[in-house]
Amino acid sequence: MILEKQPLIFELGKPGRKAVDLPKLDVPEADNLVPVKYARTQKAALPELSQLELMRHYTQLSNRNFGVDTGFYPLGSCTMKYNPKINEDISRYPGLSLLHPLQATETVQGALEILYKCEQALAEISGMKAVTMQPAAGAHGELTGLKLIRAYHRDRNDLARTKVIVPDSAHGTNPASAAVCGMEAVEIKSEADGSIDLAALKAAVGPDTAALMLTNPSTLGLFENKIEAIAKIVHDAGGLLYYDGANSNAIMGIVRPGDMGFDVVHLNLHKTFSTPHGGGGPGSGPVGVKEDLVKFLPNPRVQCNAGVYSWITSEKSIGKMQAFHGNFGIIIRAYAYILSMGGEGLRRSSEDAVLNANYCKKMLEEAYDSPFDRFCMHECVLTSLKQKPYGIHTLDIAKRLLDYGYHPPTIYFPLIVEEAIMIEPTESESKETLDGFIDAMKKIAEEAATTPELVHNAPHNTIVSRLDETLAARNPVVKWEAQ
Amino acid sequence: MTWSYLPHTVEDRAEMLAAIGVKDSMDLYADVPDSIRLQRPLALGEPLSESEVAGYFQKLAAANANLQEYACFLGAGAYDHFIPSTVAHVLGRSEFYTAYTQYQPEISQGYLQALWEYQSMICEITGMSVANASLYDGATAMAEAALLSCHVTRRNEIVIARSVHPNYRTVLSTYAKDFGFVVKEVDYTDGVTALDALAKVISKNTGAVIIQNPNFFGSLEDLSELIAKTHEVGALFTAVSDPTALGILEAPGKYGADIVVGEGQPLGLAINFGGPYLGFMASTKKLMRKLPGRIIGETVDKNGKRGFVLTLQAREQHIRRDKATSNICSNEALCALAATVYLATVGKEGYTEIASQCLQKAHYAQQALAAKGLKRTFTTPFFQEFVIKLSGNIAEINKKLLAQGIIGGLDLGQYYPELAGNMLLCVTENRTKEQIDTLVAGLGAQA
Repeated sequence: MILEKQPLIFELGKPGRKAVDLPKLDVPEADNLVPVKYARTQKAALPELSQLELMRHYTQLSNRNFGVDTGFYPLGSCTMKYNPKINEDISRYPGLSLLHPLQATETVQGALEILYKCEQALAEISGMKAVTMQPAAGAHGELTGLKLIRAYHRDRNDLARTKVIVPDSAHGTNPASAAVCGMEAVEIKSEADGSIDLAALKAAVGPDTAALMLTNPSTLGLFENKIEAIAKIVHDAGGLLYYDGANSNAIMGIVRPGDMGFDVVHLNLHKTFSTPHGGGGPGSGPVGVKEDLVKFLPNPRVQCNAGVYSWITSEKSIGKMQAFHGNFGIIIRAYAYILSMGGEGLRRSSEDAVLNANYCKKMLEEAYDSPFDRFCMHECVLTSLKQKPYGIHTLDIAKRLLDYGYHPPTIYFPLIVEEAIMIEPTESESKETLDGFIDAMKKIAEEAATTPELVHNAPHNTIVSRLDETLAARNPVVKWEAQ
Repeated sequence: MTWSYLPHTVEDRAEMLAAIGVKDSMDLYADVPDSIRLQRPLALGEPLSESEVAGYFQKLAAANANLQEYACFLGAGAYDHFIPSTVAHVLGRSEFYTAYTQYQPEISQGYLQALWEYQSMICEITGMSVANASLYDGATAMAEAALLSCHVTRRNEIVIARSVHPNYRTVLSTYAKDFGFVVKEVDYTDGVTALDALAKVISKNTGAVIIQNPNFFGSLEDLSELIAKTHEVGALFTAVSDPTALGILEAPGKYGADIVVGEGQPLGLAINFGGPYLGFMASTKKLMRKLPGRIIGETVDKNGKRGFVLTLQAREQHIRRDKATSNICSNEALCALAATVYLATVGKEGYTEIASQCLQKAHYAQQALAAKGLKRTFTTPFFQEFVIKLSGNIAEINKKLLAQGIIGGLDLGQYYPELAGNMLLCVTENRTKEQIDTLVAGLGAQA
């Protein structure tokens, strides 16, 4: 049962209650260990609840949230596939979760083996020489990869290479990562189908080109079939190719970024390799590189000599991207997934993901505008242009989907498609689920024509209706104020 | 071959392919040139069943010395604290952990409210006005704070104490280098940053000053005077705080810190061989619109009902693109949820009690070691970590301790050449008197 209102946790409980019993101090107590000038003057106003009050609060909150286990979640570019339960269990084994990152290597051989073997598996899948597991998310991987590219050019004393070419269809993190790496993002216009305009690319490359960042399949869900020509143009100009792995779920076992000509790759373990998104992390964004860039990878890396694992460092390394060894708990889950699927299962997953997206595209292209007359990869882009005459926009369709019990697709992205609706079903979903979603989408198209107000005022069945985002930004209330 | 994660039957696939109008699923890959296709199966071995996968990882788990079986006196940025049972039960709810970022607030109110409550609790413990909804870890949070400070002050020097975690300083250099920011270090005296040492290094070019408290050696820095000195030159002050210690140490906001960051792992996160962890970041109201990462705000729906949304998104990478000063997108939301459940569970009194027990037990251990002739290297007040000088080889000493069921302290020589032969020990509330006595006896034998 979902209650109409759920108080803030600060509004629950009362002074004197507690949610856990702590042990008594078992050593003699000493006084004045903290000098008065350093001591806290006012206790933090944290909640005081019984354990049951606390559990009910969070259970109510969880009931007001929607995950992949709740229902269909076709959020384009996010690969909301099923999160296998055994992987959750494994990541919590005491022998894996209760390890200190600075323990002596002889006491953590099992953990090092996981890091080493997961690196090797990802290198095989992406066609790269070596992989670092340190980056904590996709954007963190992008930043790591660009730093590796800068280090590569710097090492060759090729100091003018500070520009990163990014197509206008790219994820927002691409130009942002370039900026945070102290480089200049140069945006080039894509063709209408989101593919690279070779003439524009040729005009953009030069002695200042550090890299081209590319997602393939593109953010429109289409495979860039000119990739070999693109790689040649960038390499001939002395630049490197960076692969944004957000869309890797389409291609596992079929084509590898390394074989397409990419020099640096990041993969999102929380997308392609089934680890949960956690409501916005923790993710993991390992970065793979070709031979020439291995020496710049973050320190330390795991090596294996005659079955014994140890840490090694490189003098030319860019340094460190996290305090320790990356999001190990996430890496465990991804490696368990890879072992469960095997090479054959990963390929089958990609094929089914592509099949599901094309099926949705085909079944919806009468009710909705489908701007690209090609097979898509793991996601398809439709638009609401057919609904526009009725005053119905993409946002309205998304909100109406909530009433039908679906998480909406990604909307208004990619930016180069007007009123975009980007559907990524993933391979986890059955034909029955897809058919149900397709029916709902068709019904909404019908409602848009016949009862547009119903769609325009959606959602009707959620715990809150559309929220005032302008008010939130204009007058930010970002914390609770103790009375 | 079939897989439990893939629902399609042979018939399903055939029906769907027919609906699309192709014969084979590979027909859908027509755009992929033959010349680049992988012409062999991926060399990843045969698929394993659920019990086989579990068995494989059980074997690997058994090859590690874990902190349930060994008493851990190693800290240095990752801590073995008590984790209440409630944390795993809330985090195990798949409405939370299988969700994406809260882009559809109407069906994400649960998570948005929990993260808003998290921001509130972080503000409470740090004494600041605004907190974001998490960054990757303590080290990257600190690096983001440094970049933010330089951008806001339009200065290009970052001054950091040498008593800050060495790995954090490496991450900072890695982040700062490509912006052309210069990182200057301030040496320590008796384990802490002396005011005159800071005064010598800072100038009108300094954008950021960064001090950790308790610092890497466990010692307490005099934040009040270091902050005042920092503000004299117009730089922004970042305190790197241990959230456990804030149970008994003054909130940095009370001293006038501009930014407070830290590692949230002590707040209910398993030690996890280094991750996933939780970078927390809080600031003054003045810096709110400069903070990286996500921020949740309170608002109302069209019926006037209270609700929560992602707000101030004009700061973020997907809007600012190439004008962004941070590129963070996915962060550590689930870890932030763990921290808020932890703080709500231990509550107002428990939060203080845990910090107090860490303090007491660490001092009990230090006194007992001193009684065996193992003196502290520094004399400044400390929280739960302290440094002692040993005469033997530290790796060898730790091997002997391991045989007695103890994971010993950190060999400081690897990070500070002048501290070769010194060990950094950590005693949290999770260590029992018996375990501490075993450590003291083991180390005492080396004296």
